[in-house]
Amino acid sequence: MPVPDDQKSLRQTPLHALHVSLGGKMVPFAGYDMPVQYPAGVLKEHLHTRAAAGLFDVSHMGQLALRPKSGKVEDAARALERLVPQDIVAIAPGRQRYAQFTNADGGILDDLMVANFGDRLFLVVNAACKEADEAHLRAHLADDCVIDSLADRALIALQGPKAEAALAKLCAEAPSMTFMDAGPHEVAGVKCFVSRSGYTGEDGFEISVPAADAERLTRTLLENPDVLPIGLGARDSLRLEAGLCLYGHDIDTATTPVEAALEWSVQKSRRSGGLRAGGFPGAEKILAHFDSGASRRRVGLRAEGRAPVREGAPLFADAAGGEPIGKVTSGGFGPSLNAPVAMGYVPTNLSALGTKLFAEVRGQRLPLAVAAMPFVKNTYKR
Amino acid sequence: MTTTLYTSDHEWLAIDGDTATVGITDYAQQQLGDVVFVELPKVGRSLKKAEAAAVVESVKAASDVYAPVTGEVLEANEALAAEPALVNSDAQGAAWFFKIKMADKSELGSLMDEAAYKAHTA
Repeated sequence: MPVPDDQKSLRQTPLHALHVSLGGKMVPFAGYDMPVQYPAGVLKEHLHTRAAAGLFDVSHMGQLALRPKSGKVEDAARALERLVPQDIVAIAPGRQRYAQFTNADGGILDDLMVANFGDRLFLVVNAACKEADEAHLRAHLADDCVIDSLADRALIALQGPKAEAALAKLCAEAPSMTFMDAGPHEVAGVKCFVSRSGYTGEDGFEISVPAADAERLTRTLLENPDVLPIGLGARDSLRLEAGLCLYGHDIDTATTPVEAALEWSVQKSRRSGGLRAGGFPGAEKILAHFDSGASRRRVGLRAEGRAPVREGAPLFADAAGGEPIGKVTSGGFGPSLNAPVAMGYVPTNLSALGTKLFAEVRGQRLPLAVAAMPFVKNTYKR
Repeated sequence: MTTTLYTSDHEWLAIDGDTATVGITDYAQQQLGDVVFVELPKVGRSLKKAEAAAVVESVKAASDVYAPVTGEVLEANEALAAEPALVNSDAQGAAWFFKIKMADKSELGSLMDEAAYKAHTA
């Protein structure tokens, strides 16, 4: 069968052949040929991850190391604080934190994880943004840091209540890690970077592994009957139930961290009156949002009916008439809730829990209510 | 006796006199994946051939089901509203979507028989 041009140019992760051999249904995603689902299907894959353990290939994401030229990791941390509104200096060795690269307008260029490995910082960024992120880092941090693009590494997520037991067989230290611990560990004799984190709301791990060892390690994990391979379809429904943002949908260059309800991710030290207040792109606008509030806010939405309300659906205050007051940025069916779930932006005065709203779907106004997130209780090991 | 015909958009029609029972094919349900919601046309609605008549949603996406012929909706399968997963388990049986009283049986001429549909999806 001839391969269409748009598939020829797609990149492959080190686990591509394994996905195909496991029956993965491959689709283009962020320039990569990725499995959207396996033969089990999105629903079973989602529920299996919440009941046992799911294994995800997230090797399309960008992995970078920032090595301080001074040899002191605090200097790399201080340098990175010029680009993010988070307190990076306070990340203890062996710990990880969620962050955002902001722009001069206070918008979000990308969201990322930052880990302190003691001698360097380790960053995981979104696939679609990774080239731009690397250029951004080189443009602003090259005087202070050596920026290594770790393109020769795969990234595997192991998520769910049985993830710890599955990984413990290959990595004795895994059970002693707690949520957001991160550092170099041997897994099945391979030098990996392991963090206790993920994108599902479940306890679990992300494992950065050299590309050459990725398939062998993944096959070893999949030998455990509790562990099933999970595609991007269930990854999306799991993160949606967990209330986690998808970059380019729920957050982007036009949303500030405050509008996105990510205040929890901005430590007091970087806010007005803090030790190192401001000093990141868009600080004026973002700190004004902290101090005086933003006019709109990302909220969770639960539908009264069974019809999924999807991305792009306009939101209205009333059952008929009026102008849209906002829109849905992510939405679909939540398999664990057996009900539709969505998130979107609404005026702050309509963002209180329980506020009744309507989403227009196929010409009909469907009733919704603003609901607390996460929709499914997270099970992080604190 | 009934004859089953198929559209290129993966609907099936079981023809019995002037009445056609319409659903989506087994091939279509496999492509959609787990069905979580079905929206059916109201009884009495007049449908034009190729008009969006019903909606079937998987976890991933929503897809339209088109009216394969012109006519009036006689009955909708309310069992699907309660149990959308029937579409995955019995697409060409219990998971019929609606019955339509055909206005112009000559429209059937453009549809495929089973052998042609098999070739279409091969």
